[in-house]
Amino acid sequence: MRRTAKEIQMLFHAIVFYCFSALLIVASIGVIVSRNPVHAAMFLVLAFFQSAALWILAEAEFLGIVLVLVYVGAVMVLFLFVVMMLDINVEVVRKGLTRYAPMGIAVSLLMAIEMVQLIWWRSETGNAPMLFQPYPEGYSNTKSLGSVLYTEHVYAFEIAAVILLLAIVAAITLTMRKRPGLKVQNIAEQVAVRSEDRLRIVKMKSEKKL
Amino acid sequence: MNRAISYIKTFTLWELFKGLWVTQRNFFKKSITLEYPDEKAPQSPRFRGLHALRRYPNGEERCIACKLCEAVCPALAITIESEVGKDGTRRTTRYDIDLFKCIYCGFCEEACPVDAIVETRIHEYHMESPGENILTKDKLMAIGDKYDAMISADKAADAPYR
Amino acid sequence: MSDIVDYGSGMWNSLPPLVQYVTIVTWKVLFVVIVVMLTVAFSTYFERKVIGSMQARIGPNRVGPLGLGQPFADVLKLLIKEVVIPSRSSKFLFVIAPLLTLTPALAAWAVIPLNDWYVVANINAGLLYVLALTSVGVYGVILAGWATNSTYAFIGAMRIGAQIVSYEIAMGFALVGVLMAAGSLNLGDIVRAQAGGFSHWFLVPLLPLFFVFWISGVAETHRAPFDVAEGESEIVAGFHVEYSGVAFALFFLAEYANMLLVSALTAIFFLGGWASPFEGWLFLDNIAGLAWLREGSFFWLAGKICFFMYTFFWLRATFPRYRYDQIMRLGWKVFIPITIIWIAVEGVMAWLQVGPWAELEIV
Repeated sequence: MRRTAKEIQMLFHAIVFYCFSALLIVASIGVIVSRNPVHAAMFLVLAFFQSAALWILAEAEFLGIVLVLVYVGAVMVLFLFVVMMLDINVEVVRKGLTRYAPMGIAVSLLMAIEMVQLIWWRSETGNAPMLFQPYPEGYSNTKSLGSVLYTEHVYAFEIAAVILLLAIVAAITLTMRKRPGLKVQNIAEQVAVRSEDRLRIVKMKSEKKL
Repeated sequence: MNRAISYIKTFTLWELFKGLWVTQRNFFKKSITLEYPDEKAPQSPRFRGLHALRRYPNGEERCIACKLCEAVCPALAITIESEVGKDGTRRTTRYDIDLFKCIYCGFCEEACPVDAIVETRIHEYHMESPGENILTKDKLMAIGDKYDAMISADKAADAPYR
Repeated sequence: MSDIVDYGSGMWNSLPPLVQYVTIVTWKVLFVVIVVMLTVAFSTYFERKVIGSMQARIGPNRVGPLGLGQPFADVLKLLIKEVVIPSRSSKFLFVIAPLLTLTPALAAWAVIPLNDWYVVANINAGLLYVLALTSVGVYGVILAGWATNSTYAFIGAMRIGAQIVSYEIAMGFALVGVLMAAGSLNLGDIVRAQAGGFSHWFLVPLLPLFFVFWISGVAETHRAPFDVAEGESEIVAGFHVEYSGVAFALFFLAEYANMLLVSALTAIFFLGGWASPFEGWLFLDNIAGLAWLREGSFFWLAGKICFFMYTFFWLRATFPRYRYDQIMRLGWKVFIPITIIWIAVEGVMAWLQVGPWAELEIV
């Protein structure tokens, strides 16, 4: 049986999808089982990468790349910073594991049931395509996202932006405190200094030989 | 006014471009590198390199074991032992210079009343095994014999200024 | 002869389309990687020559004619040296860190258009892809510093992590200006938006953003004067203090590949990429033998990249290292406000339909 090009593409697509998904699951397990917090953070980075790849596979390249840009490129770097600086004792954190395990399992089961239910229901009613449908040529995920974000959801978008700005201002205000007796450099002043402010060139006659 | 000028200077990156211009100017200048093994810098006849012990033209060794060099040596690099020889003159039996201690100041040369110990212009020498840093009397005499022409010429060239 | 050609083309056509596609893409990728690697090798040589000239020295001149064999001698030396892995280090991360720095630096070349048609992956969100990959490059350095289990390396890693994250923002904002002017995230379209000679390049209307982008690029590649991560006079060699042999060579390659990448990006975003600066000089057509000057080609891009690489070396020869708090101040308190102000200016100008944004299509 010779497969058509379309079928080969679908097959390839499915193989890639399952590879990335398997890696994503492995990485997520790695986040919670690794003993070293830095290793856990790196597993989380891997998980972000895999989900970004899955997104790109679904032709949502804007979301995928922004996930890498924002979460991998900025958030996780800061996270790694904190994790590296603090000496987190994983064993102490682990102590409550058996106590909270039933709770955690219950919550995750609930989430799994919800998702299965949703996917099940949507496929039953025919709302979700069972197979991946490629978008037509020339479709730009970025453009369609932008045209929705700045028209339909512009208020939500702006409110979210203002809330984030507020959070930034609040965070800076919390950390900006003037401690008395603290000696700090005023860099603007240092940079603005000119040679005339610091240096006086004195011209004088050469001394006569006695 | 000054403040305004300084602001303009800051935002036009004036000082940075000025600095860049300095390096760019030097980029076009000729390099002054001396490619050492192929080219060498000129040396003065007073250059202070490897040591040597000299002889008189008749072959008699100059050193009279007065130990002035040993006394003046600031690095304590010179060790001298002496006894009276068969002809009744005082001669060194041991004259060691530790090249690791030596600071090549040339005081030994200055102190010597008979111009026996000198510092030659040889500076490209090396040691391969421990112990070779000690220049014994035999080695010093050998250097003196080998480079006698050079040493005499340097002494003659420097003589008018002494 | 034609039999062989027919046979070859027949064999090629008998291959499944997927195999054909993969073969072509592999060759395209290999070409770009080999060119980038060779350029990196020789830029180490030219850096030493250029800085040497600026300091009235000669630079390498012993290996081969004019010392041109120097990069290969260096590579050979590093290849046969032992890779020492510190005993208390985190071994897996220690080994993988150099790869994590080199891979993004090379992967970003996938979307760089070398001329009108040669680009490995012509994707729509090319600009975002480049930004994402340059920000991923920081992991290798941070992990190298942490995995080494040395205080010097750790301080270097912390410095560079904060530095790259800070300058990433200024860089991203500068690119917002570019994409507002070009109206596209595709690097090829950004170059095409600058068609029409050097007066149409984004360098002219976006001059402040150009400087911000270029200086942030220098900071991103942690080159002098922003090389506090290495800071050989303070923290020995920073994050790669314990690396030797091939592992060190990979860091070295990554640094130069990043420099090349930033140079190429600056050329594409602000200097019209492969476009010719004389595109608008129609009279050149009438002069025999000069018409090619108006054509855009890979060589214009190469020339622009060479200029920026030279500027990298020039900056290194000229400026002393920044103090760390000054670096942070420059990034957060100077560059980010400048970019934001200029984006606002650009927005107002586009809205009033003045300047080079008059034709910008407003959806």
